[in-house]
Formats: sequence, structure tokens, C-alpha cells
Amino acid sequence: MYSIFKKEIRSFLSSLIAYVVIVVFLLLNGLFTWVFADGNVLTLGYANLDVLFYMAPWIFIFLISAITMRAISEEIKQGTYEILGTKPLTDLNIILGKFFSAVVLVFFAVVPTFIYFYSIYQLGLPKGNIDVGATWGSYIGLILLGASYAAIGLFASAVTPNQIVAFIFSMVLCFFFYVGFQQLSNLNLFGGNDSIVQSLGIQYHYDSISRGVVDTRDLVYFGSLITFFLGLTYLALDSRKW
Amino acid sequence: MSIEIKNLTKVYGTQKAIDGISFSIGAGEIVGFLGPNGAGKSTTMKILSGYIPQTSGNASVLGMDVAKEPLKIKQRVGYLPELNPLYNEMYIKEYLQFNADIYKIKNAKEAIEHVIEITGLTLERKKKIGQLSKGYRQRVGLAQALLNNPDVLILDEPTSGLDPNQMTEIRKLIVDLGKDKTILLSTHIMQEVEAMCSRVIIINKGKIVADDQVGNIKNRLKNNSKTIRVKFRDAIELAKLEGQSGVEAVVPMDAHVYEVTAGNGVDLAELLFKFAIASNTIITEQMELSESLENVFHQLTKNV
Repeated sequence: MYSIFKKEIRSFLSSLIAYVVIVVFLLLNGLFTWVFADGNVLTLGYANLDVLFYMAPWIFIFLISAITMRAISEEIKQGTYEILGTKPLTDLNIILGKFFSAVVLVFFAVVPTFIYFYSIYQLGLPKGNIDVGATWGSYIGLILLGASYAAIGLFASAVTPNQIVAFIFSMVLCFFFYVGFQQLSNLNLFGGNDSIVQSLGIQYHYDSISRGVVDTRDLVYFGSLITFFLGLTYLALDSRKW
Repeated sequence: MSIEIKNLTKVYGTQKAIDGISFSIGAGEIVGFLGPNGAGKSTTMKILSGYIPQTSGNASVLGMDVAKEPLKIKQRVGYLPELNPLYNEMYIKEYLQFNADIYKIKNAKEAIEHVIEITGLTLERKKKIGQLSKGYRQRVGLAQALLNNPDVLILDEPTSGLDPNQMTEIRKLIVDLGKDKTILLSTHIMQEVEAMCSRVIIINKGKIVADDQVGNIKNRLKNNSKTIRVKFRDAIELAKLEGQSGVEAVVPMDAHVYEVTAGNGVDLAELLFKFAIASNTIITEQMELSESLENVFHQLTKNV
């Protein structure tokens, strides 16, 4: 698994994907958080990073789908998956290596935003007037959300050798899992089960962690979602051999 | 046995890619695996290398069942796929290091230097794979297959697309490797099998149609008609040449040049020599036209 992880990280760095993803993520979030007139931190005057944590999941839908779209589809299209398939590696090794490399990239995109946190901490009146617990909770939620998107993106990449199709499919799935269940529950179609439908969505658990309480239920949800999509990725790859 | 296959069958949808084939290859043998496109060569090799599972039957490599112990087998087998897929954006050494990481090779640096040297990549070692010519890409494919110092090498058309010089070099390398490894290689080229292999297995439409020593397969060809291109110094009477006992066909090619085909058991060279004397001329050029692989297949598979 580590060999695949290392290869993927090198590939991100050598193909500029890593730099582009990190720069675009920081640029967009920076603009929304500090510059754009509607609702930036300085205009609102509240010492929090709500704008960042509201925008980041939407930006991640595009960026993580872009990171993962070629992860498996390109290997299948170029035939290099045949090389990997004849090395002493299991499909799971390959999937996990690619998954963790995407998660690490997400992590390194998020880390520079700690500067925003530090800035607001310093700018607060009085100094340090920011809900530290909620902020850290939001960061943990954002990483888990990014990891979930990465698992979804890998699955999308495993079902088609076409990168563009994988990209669009991944975005649709991420969008649906982020807000789809929330919107479905708002339609009141499920009677008393609306709350259950709502809790199937990523947003519900992301909001829950963002309050600053890392609840086991939320961790189990993200763990299950990631496992579910990595499992589907495994099945998609396995089905190609039959 | 290094490789043993029993009643191996692979079905894709409704199509049988291989149909109950069986053969075994002993340690240290270099075996040529011949067949037209779609015959089942690559499918058999993919099963042996652990990439795809068989539908039924058994395949074992180095005494281990490919279905039960794929990881152990993959650790000791080197495989070069037919299209030799590579990561174009990687440098040669980077790619080999990636493979060394997968195999968890302890002295990776030495192992990489060694395969770079034996595959003749020394001059190109600092290039990106995407910058390499086809011949060098093939060497990189071979280098990754050799990196783990495998006991068994499975090479799917290792010389396809190479120029004659490159072919000769790669063949020499394979023969050298065959001194202490078992090699199964597929090809379309009969001469290649003659140059490298002690034994040949011919497969057609998923079934094995011949499995014999190279010499014996060649004898089968000798039993069939033979064609010689001959150039006489002077003009000859075509009808007289056609009338020679045993001659099946004479095709005029150029001035005084003919392609003469004789039937089974006729010593065509002797016949042409005597004919030249009788015609008061001499033979200035003579060349035996070798059988094409298509003819071999036609002969070996027409009754299937």
C-alpha cells in the first residue's frame, strides 16, 4: 500500500495537480473569507470562520473530484492496472494507497487555512475571542468530509475508463451525499423517517461535528461512508476480471 | 514443474477464450507460445501471472496454485504484458524504484542498477519513459519484469514492434536469462522461436494444436512442399522446368529468375542443379523461401 501511496503523492507533485488544487482551494476560500463583499469576515464583524467552513465543502466537490478522477480510470485506460495487478499487491492495497494519498492532499490544502484561524484569533476583540472548540471541530469535520469525497471519487474513477465521466459522476455523487439527503428530508416525503433520511447525508454530520463536539455517531457515519465507497470501488475493480 | 496447467478454461461472457488446455513446463525451459491474434495466448499468460482468474481448471506456478496463493507467486514471477503499459510521466529510475518498493527489495539501488545494465538502458537512464522510443520502452518493461530476480518469466510478445537490431538484442538477452530461469514467451514469429526456444506450444481458437520440441515442429514443415527462388545465368525453357518430375509449380519472377515449388520428398536443390547442367547453364543465385507462420498455422489448424 505504501508503494502506491508514495507513487501517487509523487505523481501529484510532478504533474502540478497538488499545487493547482492547493492554490485554487486557498484562493477561492481566501476570496470568500476575506475579500468578497457579501459576508466576508471583516464585514460581518464576527470572530469566526463560518464562511470558510460553509464554502469549503462546495469547493471540495470540484477539487476532490478533479484529484480522484484519473486515479483508477487512467490506470485502466493506459493498461497500467495490468502491471499493478501482476505485482504482489492486492486490489485493497491499491485502493487504500490511492485513497490515503488523496486524503493527504486534502489535508495539505486545509492546513494553510490555519493562518486564517490565527489571524482571527489575533484580530478578535478581545484577542482570542473565537470559539476554538467549534473551529477545531469544523476542521476535523472538513477533513472527514474530504476523505468521504475522496472515497466517492475513487469509486467514480473505478467504474469508467473515461476521466471526464468519472469527474462528473463523482461531482454528482458528492453533491447528492452532501446536500441530497438533507433536501429530500425537507420535502417531508418520508413522514416520521425524515430525520433518518437527513442523517444519511454528509451535511448533517458535518454540521454536527462543526459545533465542536466530536460525537462517536458522526465518526461512525464518516467511517461507514468511506468504507462503503471503498468497498464499492473494490467490487468495481474485481468485476473487471470476470 | 515450474508451470503446470490442467484443463484450463476461461470464458468471457459466452466466448471461450481458452478451452480446456493442459501443458507443463519444467524448470529452466524456454518455451515459445505461438498463436494468431485472439487464440488465447494472452489470456493464458494473464491467468498464470495472477491478473485474472480462470473459469475452471487448474494453473500452478512454482508448485503454488495461482488461485490460492497469488501474492506468493507474483513475488517470484516476472511479467511483461502484451502492450507493455508504462507510466509515461515517470523517469526510468523512478519507475523501477516504484517497482522495487512493491517487491520490498532490500538492496533496491543495486537491483535497479543491475536491471538497467542488463537491459541496455544505461544511456537512457535519466530520461522520462514518455521520451523513449519503442525499443527502449520494451526494455523498461523487461527491466520491471526482471527487477525481483524472478524464477519464472512470462513475456507476452517481448519483441513486437522492435526493429531487427533491437529484436536481436532482446532475443540474446532472453536466451541469457533463460540459463537460470523458466521462460514462457508468446510471439507471432517462427524464427524467433527457433532462435530462442527449445520447445513450442501452438494454440489456436483456445485449444492447443501442437506441443513439441522446435526441431520436431520444423520437421513437420519439411514434410510439406518447399519453394526455392533460383536465378539461372542464361534463359531456360520454362515448360521443360515445369515438366521435371516432382515440380509442382514454377513462377517466373524476373529475367531468368523463377520460384520453383516441389512436392513432399523431392530434393529440389539437387533437381535444379541437374536441370541447370542439362540446360547448359549455371545457377547464379539460389534461396530457399521459408514457410511463413500463416502457412504453419494453416497446416496445423486446418483440421481443428
